[in-house]
Amino acid sequence: MRSIYLSSLILVPLLAVGQFADAAADDAANSIADIASSEWTGYVSLDSRLFFHSPAHPAQDDRSLSAAFQPEYYRNWDDGTQTLAFTPFLRLDANDDERTHADIRELFWRIEAEQFVFKAGVDTVFWGVAESQHLVDIINQTDLVENIDREDKLGQPMLNLDYLNDWGTWQAYLLPYFRERTFPGQDGRLRTEPLIDTDDAIYESGAEEHHVDFALRWSHYFGDWDIGIAHFSGTSREPLLVLDNSGSSPSLRPLYLQIDQTSLDVQVTKGAWLWKLEAIYNQNNIDDYYAYVGGFEFTQFGIAGSTVDLGWLLEYNYDERGDSAATVLQDDIFFGVRFTDNDIHNTRILAGGTVDMDSSSTFANVEASRRLNEHWVIGLEMRLFTNVDKQDPLHQLRDDDYVEIQLTRYF
Amino acid sequence: MRVKRISRTGFFRALFAFIGVAILCGPAFSEEPVSKASAPERGLAIALEADQRDSGFADTTVNLAMLLNLSGTEEVRREMRQLTLEVEGDGDKSIMVFDRPRDLNGTAILTFTHKVGNDDQWLYLPALKRVKRISSADKSGPFMGSEFAYEDLSSQEVEKYTYTYLRDEPVEDEPCFVVERVPVDPKSGYTRQVTWVDQSEYRLRRVDYYDRKGELLKTMTLAGYTQYLDQYWRPAKMIMKNHQNGKGTTLIFEDYRFRTGLTDSDFNRSALSRIR
Repeated sequence: MRSIYLSSLILVPLLAVGQFADAAADDAANSIADIASSEWTGYVSLDSRLFFHSPAHPAQDDRSLSAAFQPEYYRNWDDGTQTLAFTPFLRLDANDDERTHADIRELFWRIEAEQFVFKAGVDTVFWGVAESQHLVDIINQTDLVENIDREDKLGQPMLNLDYLNDWGTWQAYLLPYFRERTFPGQDGRLRTEPLIDTDDAIYESGAEEHHVDFALRWSHYFGDWDIGIAHFSGTSREPLLVLDNSGSSPSLRPLYLQIDQTSLDVQVTKGAWLWKLEAIYNQNNIDDYYAYVGGFEFTQFGIAGSTVDLGWLLEYNYDERGDSAATVLQDDIFFGVRFTDNDIHNTRILAGGTVDMDSSSTFANVEASRRLNEHWVIGLEMRLFTNVDKQDPLHQLRDDDYVEIQLTRYF
Repeated sequence: MRVKRISRTGFFRALFAFIGVAILCGPAFSEEPVSKASAPERGLAIALEADQRDSGFADTTVNLAMLLNLSGTEEVRREMRQLTLEVEGDGDKSIMVFDRPRDLNGTAILTFTHKVGNDDQWLYLPALKRVKRISSADKSGPFMGSEFAYEDLSSQEVEKYTYTYLRDEPVEDEPCFVVERVPVDPKSGYTRQVTWVDQSEYRLRRVDYYDRKGELLKTMTLAGYTQYLDQYWRPAKMIMKNHQNGKGTTLIFEDYRFRTGLTDSDFNRSALSRIR
C-alpha cells in the first residue's frame, strides 16, 4: 500500500501539468478544436462467490460478496503525441480484509516522437502468447487476491523507452520500486495454511523493495511468425515461501530472490492454427532452472453453418524444478475449448482443465461472459480442484471449489 | 465498401496484360473496341479504373457508427474509429478501435491486408494490455454480431476477385456497369457478388452477395457520396440487408479526414496499445 501513496506523490502533479500544457495549447491553437481530448470511462462490478464445500478453517465463510470500482481517466494533447492516463482501482470485500484493497493500475505520462515512445509512471505491461500460464510475463506483480488465474496485476512504477525501427520493437524498462504479491487473509478462502504473512516479507537484496530492476525486450514479426526475446534483472515477482515458527503461530513468509531471467516467446499463425511457445531460463542464488509452455489453439469457424466458432486448446507446461517447484505447473497438460458466438451479446465460454502428469491432480476451470446491453455484462466463473495430490501446492485449495457470478456496469 | 487503389507495379502489370490482349485482337478491337472486349476483360478493366481513381489518398481517418436492426423495433448502436494507411505495392494497413459498447472501449484490431494470401491481424485487449496475433482465416464470420462479414469490411484489393462484366443498368437513375466478381479465396462465404459501379465516377453503388449454395444472401447499398481532395469519393452510409433472416445493419461514416500525417510507425503492434 505504501507504494501506492509513493507513486501518487510523484505522479499526481503530472495531472496538473497535463491540464496546464493543454490549456496553453488551446490558447495557442484555438482553431483546431479537438487536438486535445480527454475522457472518463471505467466500470463498477459486484460479485459473489459460492463455495461448494465447508471451509477448512474456522474464520472462513461459505460465500463471499464483494464490489470493485475502476474509473479510467485518459487525456491526450499535442496532436495526440502526449498522453496522461490515471486508473485507480478499489475493491471492497465483505469477508476478507486482505482482499479489500486499493491500487493504482495506471498513472503515467507518455510522449511519442517519430520512432520513440517514452513513458514515466505506473503502468501494466503484458508479454507472452500462451493461455494456460503467462510464463514470460514479468514486469508486473500479480494481484493474487483478485483472482487465482493471475491475470490481475498491480501497477508497476517504471521509466520505459520504446524504439521502433525496421528491425523490430526495442523496449527498455527501469523499475525503481517493487510491489509485493497480495495474498488472502485469515478470513479469505483460497488461502494457504499456515497463512502467508505479507507484512513480513524477506528480501535477498539489502535494498529490499527499493532495489532497481531492469528489463529489455526485442520483439518483431516475420510473416506468420511473432517473436519476442527479453531479459529481466532484479527482484523475482514469484516469491518462495519460508516457514516461520518464531511467532505465536506458524506463518509463511514470502522470500523475494534476486534473479536474472531470459525469455523467448514465439507464435506461428498458420490459418486457423496458432502454435505457441514460451520459455524462460532463470538464474538465482538457490537453484537455476528452465521452464516452458508450448502448444496450439485451433479454431473451427462457423460450426455447421452457424455463427459459432469453436477453438481447441492444448498446452504442455514444464518446470525443471519438478515437484519442488514453486509453481503448480511443473509437468502438466492443459486442454480447453473456447466457444464464441459472434452475436451482439459477445457470448463467450472458455472451459478447460489442467492435469498433472505425475499425480493426475486436476484443476478444472470455466469462464463465461455475456453482454446484457449497452452497459451491463454478466460473467460466470467456476474453478474446481479434484483429486489433488498431497504434494501438489493446490492441495491447500482442495476444499475451495467455487462458482462466481459477476455483474459489471461499464461507463 | 469503397473501392481501393492498386499499387503502381500491380497496375502496370495489369495494363501491360491489357495492352497485350489488345494487340492480339488488334483488328477487331479497332473496329468496335468496347463490344468486342471479352466480359472478363471489361470487368477487370472497370475494377482497375475504379482502383486507379482511388489511389494516392495516403491515409484517412473516419468515425463509424454501426446500427443493428434486430427486429422491427430493437436497434443497437456501436461506435468505432478507423485509421487507414495506403501501402505501396501491397494491401492497406488499418486499425479499427472500438469506443462503444463500453465493455469493448479501447479494444483495437490491426490489419495488414495482402493482395495475395491471408491478411496479418493483431487484436489488442485493454483489460490485460495484451496484444494477440489472431487468425485471419475467418473471412465469413459476422463482424460484431452485425450483418457485415469480416470480408465485407476488409480492404477490397483488385486481386481478391476475378471479374465478369454483365450489363449496363442504372441504380437510382445513375447509369452503372454491372460486374460480377468471384472471390479468389476459397474460404470466402460467397460464391459470387454482383456489383453496380456508376459510370461517371466509378463508385460502388450496390452489391448483391450470393452464399455458398448460390442463393441471394444480402444486398448492400452505398449512399451519400462526398468527394474529398477533388478526387476521392467516400460514402456516408452503407446499408446491408440480409434477405434470408430479414435483419439489417447500417454503417454511418462521419468526419472523414485525408492525409492526416499517419505513417508506418502508427500501424504496428505497440501502436495498437496506444491508440485508445
